[in-house]
Amino acid sequence: MNFYPEFEVVRNDSRCIRCRVCERQCANEVHWFDADGKVMLSDESKCVNCQRCVTLCPTRALKIVKSDCRLRENANYSDQTIKEIYRQAETGGVLLSSMGNPNPLPVYWDKILINASQVTNPPIDPLREPMETRVFLGKKPDHITRNPDGSLDTTLSPQLSLSMPVMFSAMSYGSISYNAHASLARAATELGICYNTGEGGLHEDFYKYGKNTIVQVASGRFGVHKDYLEAGAAIEIKMGQGAKPGIGGHLPGTKAVGDVAKTRMIPEGSDAISPAPHHDIYSIEDLRQLVYSLKEATEYRLPVIVKVAAVHNIAAIASGIARSGADIIAIDGFRGGTGAAPTRIRDNVGIPIELALAAVDQRLRDEGIRNNVSIICGGSVRSAADVVKAIALGADACYIATAACLAMGCHLCRSCHTGKCNWGIATQRPDLVKRLNPDIGSQRLVNLMTAWRHEIKELMGGMGINSIESLRGNRLMLRGVGLTEKELQILGISHAGE
Amino acid sequence: MKRIYVKEEWCLGCHLCEYNCAFANSGMTDMVKALRGKEIYPRIQVETDENGVTYAVSCRHCTDPICVKSCIAGALSKKDGVIEIDHSKCVGCLTCVLVCPYGAVVEDGTGVAQKCELCMTNSHGTPQCVKGCPNGAIVFEERGEAE
Repeated sequence: MNFYPEFEVVRNDSRCIRCRVCERQCANEVHWFDADGKVMLSDESKCVNCQRCVTLCPTRALKIVKSDCRLRENANYSDQTIKEIYRQAETGGVLLSSMGNPNPLPVYWDKILINASQVTNPPIDPLREPMETRVFLGKKPDHITRNPDGSLDTTLSPQLSLSMPVMFSAMSYGSISYNAHASLARAATELGICYNTGEGGLHEDFYKYGKNTIVQVASGRFGVHKDYLEAGAAIEIKMGQGAKPGIGGHLPGTKAVGDVAKTRMIPEGSDAISPAPHHDIYSIEDLRQLVYSLKEATEYRLPVIVKVAAVHNIAAIASGIARSGADIIAIDGFRGGTGAAPTRIRDNVGIPIELALAAVDQRLRDEGIRNNVSIICGGSVRSAADVVKAIALGADACYIATAACLAMGCHLCRSCHTGKCNWGIATQRPDLVKRLNPDIGSQRLVNLMTAWRHEIKELMGGMGINSIESLRGNRLMLRGVGLTEKELQILGISHAGE
Repeated sequence: MKRIYVKEEWCLGCHLCEYNCAFANSGMTDMVKALRGKEIYPRIQVETDENGVTYAVSCRHCTDPICVKSCIAGALSKKDGVIEIDHSKCVGCLTCVLVCPYGAVVEDGTGVAQKCELCMTNSHGTPQCVKGCPNGAIVFEERGEAE
């Protein structure tokens, strides 16, 4: 069934100089030059609205607009809903989507406001006074122990030291390109934070960035071996992902080419399927075994992170993880991104990270085990304000991936699963991968994080707080607007005006 | 001296450098007015080899420039390391085009020769191909080569 295209290419012919940049840069082959009529023509049905052509057009002769041609919609059956049914009636297949949940579900960050000092408790000017943004993730001691000679025992569990409470979240080599990984690795190293390999192994070229790398062990165990585990600054066991809780992953064989296959340790061209469960984990005790296997393999030098999707019983799950021997819990909310997920799962499974984070922090505090673990919050942390709110709700640090992709050039067209990313990020096609120059990509990531760090300091200073440590779990610094009693109760914050 | 260098690893073959060059040397302030409906004669040109590798070629500003030596009209000269062309002296014999080993001297569409002068002789003062390259594939830097 044919539909009128979702987007229209609007070309202002009076500005077009026929340089054909749009044609050369569109991997979807929307544009072409008609030599007879000496005009640029386009096939809008192929356009994904990534705006590569718009960005590079030197005379601003192009724009892409959403088509206003809709099917006969009603409040129950939207244009999209109807078309999805048509597509499935045609193909019999599961709908696939990329990036985070786009639906108008509540974004609690936007309903939380931050405090500032006035009169009695003076704000701090971060340009004039020192502000501490360094955090250490890992198990903290709950009592003081002394050596036989009476001196303090200063041995700590392994800690992950970060110059600011933000890290680049897991994106595998395979789901994103070599140059995207190079950009993330170099930026993390320059910033003194960490990036995360995701479940795709670590390319041999990137072992040198190991001090700023979190190596992931997921259900498919792709690319996992002793050197890999020892290369990182921390090991992350991925139990779930916010975009697709309860299911595994699937890297199509077409993407498992060359170094991707080698790094994953799979035959070239074979599908890399991560099972939904870890087949050796059916209980907290099983998880504990894997945590300690990994610790044993790395001689107890590295903290172990357990990453889970935010789901209904997240507080109880986190409580179990905190008792499993894990050093850090990463919680991924339902708006977290993905390179490909079944649409129905991405859009309907999981819970908002804000509620999950507050519930977990409260539960661990109530049980007296909050110091056993650090908490990382991920799943659509979009700005320095979101970071500050997350810290105040109880997070030790945040994971960002969508924002990091945007910094590298992603235009959020949500077509990662096609493998034809025009920005050189979510693709393995060599001609597209080279579009992301890591010199530029890493610099833009460093710029973004530097800007956020300034903003975090400004926001903290306004509250009269000069250290991230004093902000963590400090929910008195937050107020809700337009939230119900129940929502406020779960978030553990008061309503504005209270 | 600073020269233009190309990092073919990052060249996307988008040809924007050619259009930025043609506009920079058009003397006009609006790209549409300068280039729309016209054939362009850029001083930097993207070439593609048999493996599909693309790279932009422009004057290397050679230490010992054969084009300057071969010019029968004295139109080509070297000033502070930059090889410049005086269009009023060029007689259009195009010997320079023939002798340049890089193919970096080209005819300008009116019969006389033209070549990259690093945007030093137009109103920009800094190479516009470098400034406009979307992927950092053309750089303008000092690499310690002899002038």
